Amino acid sequence: MNRAALRLLPPIRLLNVMSACAQSHALMTIITAAIISLSALPANSATLEAQLTACLACHGANGTSVIPEVPSLGGQPVFYLTVQLLMFRDKLRIVEPMNQAMQGLKDDDLRNMAAHLAKLPPPEPSGDPIDAGRMEHARALIEQHRCNFCHQGNYSGEQNVPRLAGQREDYLVKALREYKNNTRRGYDAAMADVLYQLGDEQILDLAYFLSRLR
Amino acid sequence: MNTRLSKRHSVWLAGVLMGLLFILPVSAQQTSDQPTKAPAASEASKPMPSQQPQPTTVPGRPDIPNAEVAKQLRNVAPSPFGVPADKLPVSQLKVPQGFRVEVHASGIPNARSLRLGDKGTLFVSNRVLDKVYALVEKNGKREAKVIASGLDRPNGLAFHKGTLYIAEGTKISKLENIEDNLENPPKPVVIYSDFLNHQSHGWKFMALGPDNKLYVNVGAPCNICEPPETNGQIRRINLDGSGAEVAARGVRNSVGFDWHPVTKELYFTDNGRDWLSEDLPEDELNRVTKIGQHFGFPYCHQGNFTDREMGWGRSCTEFEKPVALLGPHSAALGMRFYTGKMFPSQYQNAIFVARHGSWNRTKKIGGDVIVVKLNKDGSVKSQEPFLTGFLQNNEYSGRPVDVQILKDGSMLVSDDHAGAVYRVTYGAAKVAAR
Repeated sequence: MNRAALRLLPPIRLLNVMSACAQSHALMTIITAAIISLSALPANSATLEAQLTACLACHGANGTSVIPEVPSLGGQPVFYLTVQLLMFRDKLRIVEPMNQAMQGLKDDDLRNMAAHLAKLPPPEPSGDPIDAGRMEHARALIEQHRCNFCHQGNYSGEQNVPRLAGQREDYLVKALREYKNNTRRGYDAAMADVLYQLGDEQILDLAYFLSRLR
Repeated sequence: MNTRLSKRHSVWLAGVLMGLLFILPVSAQQTSDQPTKAPAASEASKPMPSQQPQPTTVPGRPDIPNAEVAKQLRNVAPSPFGVPADKLPVSQLKVPQGFRVEVHASGIPNARSLRLGDKGTLFVSNRVLDKVYALVEKNGKREAKVIASGLDRPNGLAFHKGTLYIAEGTKISKLENIEDNLENPPKPVVIYSDFLNHQSHGWKFMALGPDNKLYVNVGAPCNICEPPETNGQIRRINLDGSGAEVAARGVRNSVGFDWHPVTKELYFTDNGRDWLSEDLPEDELNRVTKIGQHFGFPYCHQGNFTDREMGWGRSCTEFEKPVALLGPHSAALGMRFYTGKMFPSQYQNAIFVARHGSWNRTKKIGGDVIVVKLNKDGSVKSQEPFLTGFLQNNEYSGRPVDVQILKDGSMLVSDDHAGAVYRVTYGAAKVAAR
């Protein structure tokens, strides 16, 4: 593979992704910073650095997203992140900016990006007020549907199963609804099995609980 | 029996102990990379159900898991990349005396169904990825070439007179003259798409029947539920997509079937429900003696007990019984009758069944290929292990999905966990032959 071409591609893609992100959220400062840091680095690390900067422009500087419906990536299991990046690259999951950002990347690029993102700190749980009754209701739901089997007792995830603790509430609602209506494909069908039995009210309760979880 | 009882007892005791551990503050359960900054006292003062000691691992009802049991019950995700040939566990695999097993192909991530073209091309499908491959020889080296991509769970493959049929989540397509155009394969042309879109058991197994119809499973869109009228069945369709009809109903999710070489009856594997118990129900091997028969799902499992939710008011006598039980949660998938000339005569017309291996069970079983031998009347005489060794210390190094008999009588086995295809041969002299 032609190294010069590699060096040229990422900034273009980076700008596309960032403009997709910045259209609704003015993040021009980060974009500028990304371009400056890109030009200052040697070719190989610049590629990864640029890719990561592009990721974090939307997903939050330390992996904690501040943008509605964009997930926090900090503390996610590396296997989960790798698989999701691959699913975006191969269009097994359709999210336009992500499909564009991953286009043409090699397996090793995905592995490296995932390894770096997984090292970012897990998100702090939402500071919103907590309704104890609603939390208990959700906890019962979780036990009934065994969410804590795969996602672990502290919801930190493992292997192909994502961390849920402290995730953005609006993203959790979006993801669960997409599993429910078959618009989001899982790497396996485990979530579809669970969501088959859940209604929207329960989705809202689960997201409420998980985003506030300490 | 005694040992099993005492084992269960000790698991229960372990559960009680784990339950006691839940009294500890939540921060103690968190992973070690998190600083324990949460003050223990305030955490402990919150009303939490988990503060009560509970027997957490009653076999079959692990509603509140302890970490170890939960871990063992988790699904095992396949690698999206595939394992290099020299890292495959071929040296630890076991076959009966006189047989040998070798790596036939590697680097085919998520290698699923196998199907042979008329000219000997092997086709390999995906389930969690989007591709269909053809194995081609290039400069004396065997390579996996992508012949279709961007597909939606393209698990099912069938072949008829030069045409490869692919069953995806919601459609069946065809690639005509594929073996003459492997370098420049045509785009798949849709012939049938009357399927609901569902993720759970939404992938399809497909095979060509002796009546030259495509048989395709349409799985239940759930673990256990009353499936829609259109689901929980094996359907057959003419090669042009017309004339769809139900070939078998009451089928939860079949991922393998084939026809008896003599009687031409359809035999199929069916995967039993999850979350009922460690040991129940077992996966089934079924035989269709009359088109449209009902095999029990969701009311009756393994031909002898009714479901704890869906089975009230029903009786297993209403449904066809399986001809063999293939192990609880063992995930019996691909199967083929053996009609080759290489293996000893005792294997003639026997069924090889790939068992993908359990997830919803603390002590994993399966992850192997078994051989099911039949009596003259088509009933089951015996079942024996055939290819084992993928499952060691309760972990998989490979998970068989499908089997395919080659023209020389050797047998291929796909493994979607490591992305490989293995070949089993009999007799030392034939090993090198391709």
